[in-house]
Amino acid sequence: MDMETDQIYQVDVGNLLAFNSNHRFPAAPSSREELVKECVTEGTKLVQAIADTLFNFPSTETSDGPLVQLPPPTTKLPREKHLPRPKPPTKWEEFALKKGIQKRKKDKIVYDETTDKFKRRHGYDRVNDDNDIPIIEAKASDEPGEDPFAKRLDDKKKRVGKQEKNRLQNLKTAAKAGALPSHVQLAATALPISGTKAQPQKIGKEALGDVAGLAATSTASGGKFDKKLPGEKPPKKQGKHHKYLPVVPRHGGVDEEKEQTNKVLGKLLSKHSHEILNVGKAINMYNDKKEKKKSGRSDKLKAKKDITKKKPYANKADK
Amino acid sequence: MMEIRTPKTHKAKRVLEKRAPKLVENGKKTLILHGTKTSATLSAVLMELYRLKKGGAIKYSRRNENIRPFESGGETSLEFFSLKTDCSIFAYGSHTKKRPDNLVLGRMYDHHVYDLIEVGIENFKSLLSFSYDKKIAPHEGSKPFICFTGEGFENVPELKQLKEVLTDLFRGEVVDNLNLTGLDRAYICSAISPTKVFLTHCAIKLKKSGTIVPRIELVEVGPSMDLVIRRNRLPNEGLRKEAMKSSKDKPKKKVKNVDQNDVLGKRGRIYIPEQEVGKNPLPDKSKGVKRERREGKLKKNKEEGSASKKLKGSE
Repeated sequence: MDMETDQIYQVDVGNLLAFNSNHRFPAAPSSREELVKECVTEGTKLVQAIADTLFNFPSTETSDGPLVQLPPPTTKLPREKHLPRPKPPTKWEEFALKKGIQKRKKDKIVYDETTDKFKRRHGYDRVNDDNDIPIIEAKASDEPGEDPFAKRLDDKKKRVGKQEKNRLQNLKTAAKAGALPSHVQLAATALPISGTKAQPQKIGKEALGDVAGLAATSTASGGKFDKKLPGEKPPKKQGKHHKYLPVVPRHGGVDEEKEQTNKVLGKLLSKHSHEILNVGKAINMYNDKKEKKKSGRSDKLKAKKDITKKKPYANKADK
Repeated sequence: MMEIRTPKTHKAKRVLEKRAPKLVENGKKTLILHGTKTSATLSAVLMELYRLKKGGAIKYSRRNENIRPFESGGETSLEFFSLKTDCSIFAYGSHTKKRPDNLVLGRMYDHHVYDLIEVGIENFKSLLSFSYDKKIAPHEGSKPFICFTGEGFENVPELKQLKEVLTDLFRGEVVDNLNLTGLDRAYICSAISPTKVFLTHCAIKLKKSGTIVPRIELVEVGPSMDLVIRRNRLPNEGLRKEAMKSSKDKPKKKVKNVDQNDVLGKRGRIYIPEQEVGKNPLPDKSKGVKRERREGKLKKNKEEGSASKKLKGSE
C-alpha cells in the first residue's frame, strides 16, 4: 500500500469515489497522448487506493464471488424527491387521542353464541351477519307499516355513506399537508364552485372518438362520406341499432309479433313460471320504486295516490 | 366534488409506491434528449451515454424544440418528462453556431429543475474506436469507480458543481453489498485546466499481487471527451438546504417473533401448524416398500450383476 505523503486522496468507499486534489496538470500540455496517459496513470493510482480499502474488508463467500459490505457513502448528494411528510392525524385519531382510547387488536376468529361455534369476524359465514337475523321484535317506538329489515339496510347504507365522506375529508386534509398516501389520487369529478381551484379536465381518447362519431352521424349522409383524418378509427357500430319486427305480417307468412308475444305468455303461464318470474322480487322492486318516487317528488299539484284506500270500482272477478 | 382513485391492479400499486418519496431513495434515472439540431458527435455522445447507463436511463429520439434549460419558460417540458418517466437527472444535447456540441447536464428536485451545468464537447472519441481485448469489456449495469484528479475540482466553483453532477450521474444505485468480481469499470475525470475536464471510461484488469489486494490496471475502452465549461446555474440556497436534508434515523425493521428478556435472554417464538391427527397421510406399509425388503433386493441385484459380469468375463 504505497501512498506518498503529499498525495492524500479523499476516498469515499461507499460511492467507490476517489479525489486527488493535489495533482497539477502542466499548463502547456504536451501531446494529447501524453496527457491521456498521465490522466490514466493518475486514475489508476486512485482506483488502487479505493481497492486497497475495499479488498481489506471482511468478505463472505457466495456462489458468485466474494461479497463485501460497503459502508454508507460519505459525499452528500441532493435527494431527488422530498422527504416523506408526516401524515396529519385523521378525525378519529384526534378524537381517540383526546379521549385516551387505545387500539385493541381484534381476533380473526370469534366465538358465536347462537351456534356455539367459532366463526370468523369478517367474510363468508361471519359472526353477527346482518342478513341472518330471522326475527326482529317490534318496539313501542316503531311505526306500524314500516319494514324493520329495510330500515336496517337503509341505516347501513347511510353509515357507509357517512364513512366514505369522512374518508374523503381525511384524504383532503392529508393532501393539503402534502402527505397523500402514494397509491391514492384525488380527482375532481364535477365543476368546482366558481372561486375555488379547478382541476383541469382531461378528455380521454375514447371520449374524443365517441364525440367525433356523434358529430359524423349528424351530417346529411350519416357520416358515411366524411373524409377520414389519418389515424382516425372507423365508427364503432354502423347501421341500425335496433331491429323492429314488421307491423303487418307478410302475406301468407308467419306473424312474428304474435309469435313473440305467445312465447312470452307461454313462459309466464307455464308450470315453471316461478323460476322465470320472481314474484317476491318484483313486488319488492315495485315497492322500492314507489318509495323513491314518494321521497323524491314534492309535487304539491299532483294528487297523491293512496294504495291503502280501496278503489270504488274494483273488479271483484280478478283473482 | 372529489373522487378517490386507487389503483385497480397490484402492478399499478407497486409502480406508484416505487415512485413515491421515500426515506431511502432508489437510484436516479437519467433522461437523455436532444434539441432542435444535433451534430454527429453530439448524437454519438448521447447514444454512448445511454449505453453506459443502460439500466437506469431513458433516451428520447425526437427533437424537442421548446426546451431551453437556461431560460425561465423553457423548463416546463423537461419537468413534464421528468414527472412522466420518474427521471431526476437529464442530459440535453443541442448544436448551435454559438454553442457547438453543447451538452446540458441537469438535476431535478421534486421534478423541478434543481441545478444545471452546460459543457461543450471536444475531442470526442467514440467507444467503437477503441480496440481492446473483448474479455475485459465491462458488463452492463456494474457499479463503477469514479476518480477525480486535479486541484481545479476544489478551487473552481463550476468544476466543483461538475464534480457533483458527474458523481450523481455515474453513481447508479447505492448498494449495501458489493460483489468484488463485478468491479470492471472506472470513470476518470481530470481537470486539465480551470475550464476543461478530460473524461474517459476505462475497464479494470485485476492482476495478481503478493497481497489480497490485486494490482489494478486500467485499459481505456469507452468514450473519451473533453468537457469545456460554459454556463451553469447553481441551486438557490433554500432549495439546496432542503434537498440535502436527510433524516438521521434509519427506520428499524421490525423483527417479528423475537423478544429480549433480561432474565432469560433472547427468546424466539415458533409457530407450529395444528396437527390434524385424522388427516395425516399414513405410512406406506405395503410389503414391497419396507426397507429390509428394498435393501435385500438391491443386494440381490448387485450379486446378479456381478455374477453376470463374471459370466461375461469368462466369455
